[in-house]
Amino acid sequence: MTQMSENPPAGLVTDAEPVEMLLNMGPQHPSTHGVFRMVLWVDGEKIVDVVPHIGYLHRGSEKLCEGEQYHQIITLFDRMDYIANFNNEQVYCRAVEKLMGLDVSDRSEYVRVILCELNRIASHMLFIATMGLDAGAMTPSMFCFRGRERIQGLFESVSGARMMHNYFRIGGLKEDVPDDFVQQVREVLELVKQDTEESDKLLSFNEIFLARLKNVAVMSAEDAIDYGLTGPCLRASGVDYDVRKAAPYSVYDRFDFDVPIGLDGDCWDRYYLRVQEVYQSIRIIEQALDQLPEGEVVSSLGRRLIRPPAGEVYVRAENPRGEIGVYLISDGTDKPHRIKVRPPSFCNLSALRHMMKDAWIADSVVILGALDIVLGEVDR
Amino acid sequence: MFNSLKGLVVTLVSTMNGLRAPVTRQYPDTGNRLTGRVSEPTPVKDRFMGFPALTWDDEIGEPFCTSCMVCIRQCPTQCMSSVMKDNPLHEEEKSSRRKIVDTFEINLNRCILCGICVEVCNFDAIVMSHEHEMSTFTRNGDRVDLPALLEIGHKFQKDTDWVPPTKRVKTQKDEDSGPPDTAAAVEAESD
Repeated sequence: MTQMSENPPAGLVTDAEPVEMLLNMGPQHPSTHGVFRMVLWVDGEKIVDVVPHIGYLHRGSEKLCEGEQYHQIITLFDRMDYIANFNNEQVYCRAVEKLMGLDVSDRSEYVRVILCELNRIASHMLFIATMGLDAGAMTPSMFCFRGRERIQGLFESVSGARMMHNYFRIGGLKEDVPDDFVQQVREVLELVKQDTEESDKLLSFNEIFLARLKNVAVMSAEDAIDYGLTGPCLRASGVDYDVRKAAPYSVYDRFDFDVPIGLDGDCWDRYYLRVQEVYQSIRIIEQALDQLPEGEVVSSLGRRLIRPPAGEVYVRAENPRGEIGVYLISDGTDKPHRIKVRPPSFCNLSALRHMMKDAWIADSVVILGALDIVLGEVDR
Repeated sequence: MFNSLKGLVVTLVSTMNGLRAPVTRQYPDTGNRLTGRVSEPTPVKDRFMGFPALTWDDEIGEPFCTSCMVCIRQCPTQCMSSVMKDNPLHEEEKSSRRKIVDTFEINLNRCILCGICVEVCNFDAIVMSHEHEMSTFTRNGDRVDLPALLEIGHKFQKDTDWVPPTKRVKTQKDEDSGPPDTAAAVEAESD
């Protein structure tokens, strides 16, 4: 393998020795799942090296947070990981609540968990759909988007928006859920289960799909930990680590669910693990619906301006993509001094170079797809 | 090989189901001239948050908005602006509002539909309407002024039989025959 350099290697025109070629993928490439640019150094059909270029979707969310009041920041968190909005809202609200020592009513915690898990299902369905598309399967994406649409319709009836909800509040929720919420969720869950099973049956063990994904970009457990992978990518490598189990937050300790673990750490494991997680999320929601208590959901703060005491706090949670962390420094005013987010997609992306080394060019798409990055969160 | 065939069965079953019940709908729905079917507006849920609009007080015949600037200060994207004036109807003692909105502008292209303005409003003057198909060809084509906002708001009020939220709370409280709780409102204003 030749040394990679910024300029194309010398001797490009000679045909005496094999030369590396630079292949530019993105930023406007349909299979980069956003505006992401990969510069691939290829030797024939083999990838020698890859240089990821990020920042095309940089909006400076963390800096913007410093200029907004605490209740306005929720809208910014909605837009970071725009596939898992509720999960992002939840982790931010928990950070401020922890700083203020605020108690959240049981009912709001349960509603939050239900919505977050539904959002996890919606996010994983999008992943299954795009994973199928990356590998050349069109039909499962239709099934998955049908299911995702149902969940988003439910979100619309709860929060008023399909994606940018702004529904969680520091210390509670914006308003109580609709009267027929439990029934609606049960109906949607039943249909979503069918949709998942349908695409699972169609895609997961399909010979072509297996051939494309099996033994591609294998990560050992040690490597996965060294690269700081979290979430499904880490668990696919066989590491049993889920923040919901390792450090239970909210009311997750009251539910009985399994954490699926992969065996080989290849792309197919990363895919199939998410399919299994959908079923586990359905289990959590069903239990949460059974246990859903009555009570107040609106924050005890009322409409007072939120001024947390000076101090700093770090809160983490399990997003669909991995472990998200929010580090919040308050100086006692109505605006935070600093907010730092540990985004799962960004950290998972750091393993891209390791995964793509010596892979085929054709596999680069599924390798990136199996990481399931969201560029809104990578660039923030 | 077996699994590929299983996949074919799945799609076949799905196709049969799909023939009976389509899950998609035409957008934009232009109706059908041949069958005479007229176009239907896109259905939205009750809580759907479309573009913000101002409400109209039918009892007095003026907007609810007193241009107190709370929503404008709380807006995360600073998409609104407003000017206040003395209320002529107050001088005639027809209205309890001493000040009233003179001009109000929302740049709907900047609005992120978060609903914070509705939440902070003390006068039920602003609502998230069900309006969401408002694309224009010019850059500032969605900068809507007071008459346009009131029109959207009035349409929303008519369509949804809108009752001012504080009035709703008040009637509920009266039914409970408890004293009205003004502490929260006072606190919000002092902040």
